[in-house]
Amino acid sequence: MKPFAYERAATPTQAASLAQAENAKFIAGGTNLLDLMKFEIETPLTLVDVSRLDLVDIESTQDGGLRIGAMVSNSDLAAHPQIRQHYPVLARAILAGASGQLRNKASTGGNFLQRTRCYYFYQPDSPCNKREPGTGCPAIGGEHRELAILGTSESCIAQHPSDMAVAMRVLDAQVETLLPTGESRRLTLDELYRLPGDTPHIETNLEAGEIITHVILPPPLAGMQTYDKVRDRASYAFALVSCAAVIDADADGKLNTVRLAFGGIGARPWRDTAVEALLMSSHGEMAAIQQAVDKLLINANPHPKNAFKLTLTRRLVTQVIQRAIKAAQDPQSPSFAAKDK
Amino acid sequence: MTTLSAFTDLTLEPHHKLKMDEATPTLLDHTASKLVGQPISRLHGDLKVSGQATFSAEYQLDGQLYGVLVCSTIGKGEVIDINTQAALKSPDVVDIIIDFATFIRNPQQGGGKTAPAQGTDKITYLGQPIALAVAKTFEAATEAAKAVQVRYKDESGDGAFDFDKEKDHSVMMDGVPIAKQGDPESTLADAEVSVDKTYRTPSQSNSPIEPHASLATWEDDVVTIYTAHQMLASGKKQMADALGVKPDKVRLISKFVGGGFGSKLGISPEAVAAAVAAKKLAAPVKVVMTRPQVMEATVRRSNTEQRIGLGADKDGKIHTIIHDSIITNLPKETFYEPTAESTPFLYAGENRQIKYKMVRMNQVLAGSMRAPGEAVGQIAIECAMDELAEKVGIDPIELRILNEPEQDPSKKIPFSTRQLIACMQTGAEKFGWSQRRPRPASVRDGEWLVGMGMAVACRVNNLKASQARVTLKLNDAKLLGVEALIETDMTDIGTGSYTILAQIAADMLGLPVDHIQVNLGDTNLPPASGSGGSVGAASSGSSVYLACEKLREQIADQVGLTADTVQLDNGIVLQKDSHAEAMSTFEGLKHTVEEKVKSAASEVVEKVAQKVGLNVQHRDVAEFGEDEQRPLHRVLSQCQDNQLKALGEIKPGKTQKDYRQACYGANFVEVGVHAYTGEIRVRRMTGVFTAGRILNHKTATSQCYGGMVFGIGSALSEEIVHDKRTGRLCNHDLAEYHLPVNADVPQLDVVLLDEDDQYTNPIHIKGIGETAISGAAAAIANAVYNATGVRIYDFPIKLDKLIEQLPDLADIEPVTGREKLSAATGNTDASGA
Repeated sequence: MKPFAYERAATPTQAASLAQAENAKFIAGGTNLLDLMKFEIETPLTLVDVSRLDLVDIESTQDGGLRIGAMVSNSDLAAHPQIRQHYPVLARAILAGASGQLRNKASTGGNFLQRTRCYYFYQPDSPCNKREPGTGCPAIGGEHRELAILGTSESCIAQHPSDMAVAMRVLDAQVETLLPTGESRRLTLDELYRLPGDTPHIETNLEAGEIITHVILPPPLAGMQTYDKVRDRASYAFALVSCAAVIDADADGKLNTVRLAFGGIGARPWRDTAVEALLMSSHGEMAAIQQAVDKLLINANPHPKNAFKLTLTRRLVTQVIQRAIKAAQDPQSPSFAAKDK
Repeated sequence: MTTLSAFTDLTLEPHHKLKMDEATPTLLDHTASKLVGQPISRLHGDLKVSGQATFSAEYQLDGQLYGVLVCSTIGKGEVIDINTQAALKSPDVVDIIIDFATFIRNPQQGGGKTAPAQGTDKITYLGQPIALAVAKTFEAATEAAKAVQVRYKDESGDGAFDFDKEKDHSVMMDGVPIAKQGDPESTLADAEVSVDKTYRTPSQSNSPIEPHASLATWEDDVVTIYTAHQMLASGKKQMADALGVKPDKVRLISKFVGGGFGSKLGISPEAVAAAVAAKKLAAPVKVVMTRPQVMEATVRRSNTEQRIGLGADKDGKIHTIIHDSIITNLPKETFYEPTAESTPFLYAGENRQIKYKMVRMNQVLAGSMRAPGEAVGQIAIECAMDELAEKVGIDPIELRILNEPEQDPSKKIPFSTRQLIACMQTGAEKFGWSQRRPRPASVRDGEWLVGMGMAVACRVNNLKASQARVTLKLNDAKLLGVEALIETDMTDIGTGSYTILAQIAADMLGLPVDHIQVNLGDTNLPPASGSGGSVGAASSGSSVYLACEKLREQIADQVGLTADTVQLDNGIVLQKDSHAEAMSTFEGLKHTVEEKVKSAASEVVEKVAQKVGLNVQHRDVAEFGEDEQRPLHRVLSQCQDNQLKALGEIKPGKTQKDYRQACYGANFVEVGVHAYTGEIRVRRMTGVFTAGRILNHKTATSQCYGGMVFGIGSALSEEIVHDKRTGRLCNHDLAEYHLPVNADVPQLDVVLLDEDDQYTNPIHIKGIGETAISGAAAAIANAVYNATGVRIYDFPIKLDKLIEQLPDLADIEPVTGREKLSAATGNTDASGA
């Protein structure tokens, strides 16, 4: 680990100001950043500790949504009664990630900014465009079974690892930030995350010193909410493919609302509303699902070892839709909780 | 520093040697407490869970320095030069130790007497240690190691990184058993029913939780190394050879070892580097490998490609077994993964063939990993057996019973003990095997396809030479006024060696376990087998047993009883009915002869003494009353130095060749495979095993749990991923190398059947450690087939290999509710099974 300066911010404004220093980084839970610093994948000159900022409240907004402080721990957020009752997809997504110990430390704001788990990114003696721009991408033509098939580029095929952000995406969450100027702004996740293009080392549109202070959730949605995470072992593994869904169906199986966001397949938490539109008003027939998934994957760029994600995504969407319809038709259906076995 | 003269007086102390040339009765049948077998808890469990057991990396010596290995970033080539200028900049950095000739490139295998490959300027794999950065702090050493600039002659373009490309160059290995009996290829071709399949298993990482760590310190010309090590006696010789010193100048200490799984059988690079640096810098040097270094630069299990050919008649009687394996290792390394270790005797059949081919790869050393051979060999054999049973149309257990051999069909020697059929039948009963539907993909539970599978477990049993000294002495602090001290360089790698050795001594000497002090893990103590190949308990346990048997004789002698009539019970010496009837006639005869020799010898001594004018003291041995109870401490207080001492020594003998010795078992598994996503989860698992007498039901059961968990990993997730272009080990930590986590491991049921094996050793045990892993992964694979109708021949079975072959979604009925569930649990049988 390289030597660094450590500053503890007393207020968000001070944090944003301190973080303007050259190569400064915020640290909250440190569950990802410390690992990256030990391997010298991240080598900040200054760490601005924001973990003690008073951003730990979850409060209702005027329009009936929630405003979540960025320093709320992942554990507290998943356990919050409002979240469990009205945004279960978020609670499930958070609990599908990491481990109890990590979730106790990890912050809501920080979770958005965790970095990819690509093998080559994590080995500093290997080339990697994301870590060292211009050095190349050995994952292409190499070991990329876990990596993304959507939104990738010739420079980088890394996947975004967050579960929480996938649920946030399906809920239309926005992040509220504070700039060093004292200005505050709100970004949708579409605005927050960049695609790799030829600058895969720049992952968000946050400016120097800009700090995420809150997350805004719109009012709760009607319908069934699920988070399905497909992975190689039952816990402590990143998603091969995950799907956050909010689906409202009639008792006759007609889909009124369909929202789907995906993890594991995208360079960023993935959502395509055009795909959702194809399913709305359908009865979840195989043809409609097929058409929607085709649309979702039309621009997919799989490599030999992650091409299975195409099939896996298709089957996962089928499962999610069929189960939601079944649940609407038969609220007693035991299949509701079957995935948690 | 204590001097290294531990062995000089061995011949002077009472010594009880046994070579296992024939069946041996055991005194454990005649002790008072029958403590052996009881499920007592680990002696140091409290220390371990409270962080007070000191592991090698945790020793602190005055003035110690920290070393961090500098490892290769290329997969093949040579070091041209090393620039240390930047690395030496920090004032905390002491030196960059470069000693190509002495440093070792990779660990040694277990039991070897010489150093492994030296010459770290030649690069044979990516991650290979080259040099050592030493600093006053660990952090500075880490920084320095990163700052060292190595210039290479890079020959990666010529590296052997891609198994599929290299395997065409595989060669028959010299010195590897290639067995052939009958004409297997043609009988396979002509078989009424046959299976001829190729299975692949990946490289796996031993990755014990305690990383490889050594702290070396020199005093005069003697080096002491606190090191994470499984087999100290041979490790000491290897280290001496590596350093170019005499073995008596090396002392290895491993009091607690946090697992090894084979990766600590021989000395490893950090230990030699620490010793070299400590000598040069005249200060203690500690080197602890990082997790990536453990995975990249110690040991892996070789990947394998195994062809299994099984030929049978239409009823399932097997007449042909072919097991051809391709395995890998670094150039020149002689270790090969012995996949067919138990194939010669597992099933009957007159036509047999075993072949090995070796592919040379520029990848981390292939060596022993838990149950080398069987752990992956039985994946192939047992999956093929499942397929054969289906082809013949009989139950997999029935097929195995049909092919149960009466004796070792290859060597034509009897089995010492073999309860394979009992294991299968007991397991079937406990598990509910009769509920299995033979037709695959016919059970649904909600979104899950459910299947059951089984496979047998078999692991060869061995014995290694081992010594232990046991001293009985007075100790007022103990309730009974005495204690016994066990001394041997045996290690406890988490298996419970401390506990079972204390248990054996306590049982034999009639003392509570807390009256036994166990001193292990120090090469100044009598040399033991070490922990490896599941021989530790049998070998070191036998040596402790033999020492205690000798002590019982000495006590008997002290009180005027004989070994046959003395009984020790809770600190009291008693007379008991002779148990000579349990001894073989030969043993009885031997005893009589020994008694005669003794009395003749004492007559000689007396005569000589009289001639030279010495006063011979006759010891008055008061008659020991029939119901007398004499406290042991009183007996000891009349002995020289108030103590009795004996050295026990066991050696393997003819029974190892004359009898086929192995542990047997059977694993039964129920899996769920997600109908949509192909995710595989083990739902329950039952294992029934035999391993001779069980020393401690708790620790033995834990070993079986561990083996079964290993089986889950091996079947479903464990796999070293090497980049095929550079040789980089991609998933070099435990976040990316997927061991099963708690959520992957359901309730495991372990049953240990009663057994007693008089051919194995004087305590009648067999090495249980590696039995449960053998075949466990096959049971899971067979269950996956039963659940889905898909057989995967390329391990681990991950969902991407399964998903394209799963029943099409259009064919998967959406779950319709509760009535579907009840059908899925097997209450109604629609499958015609």
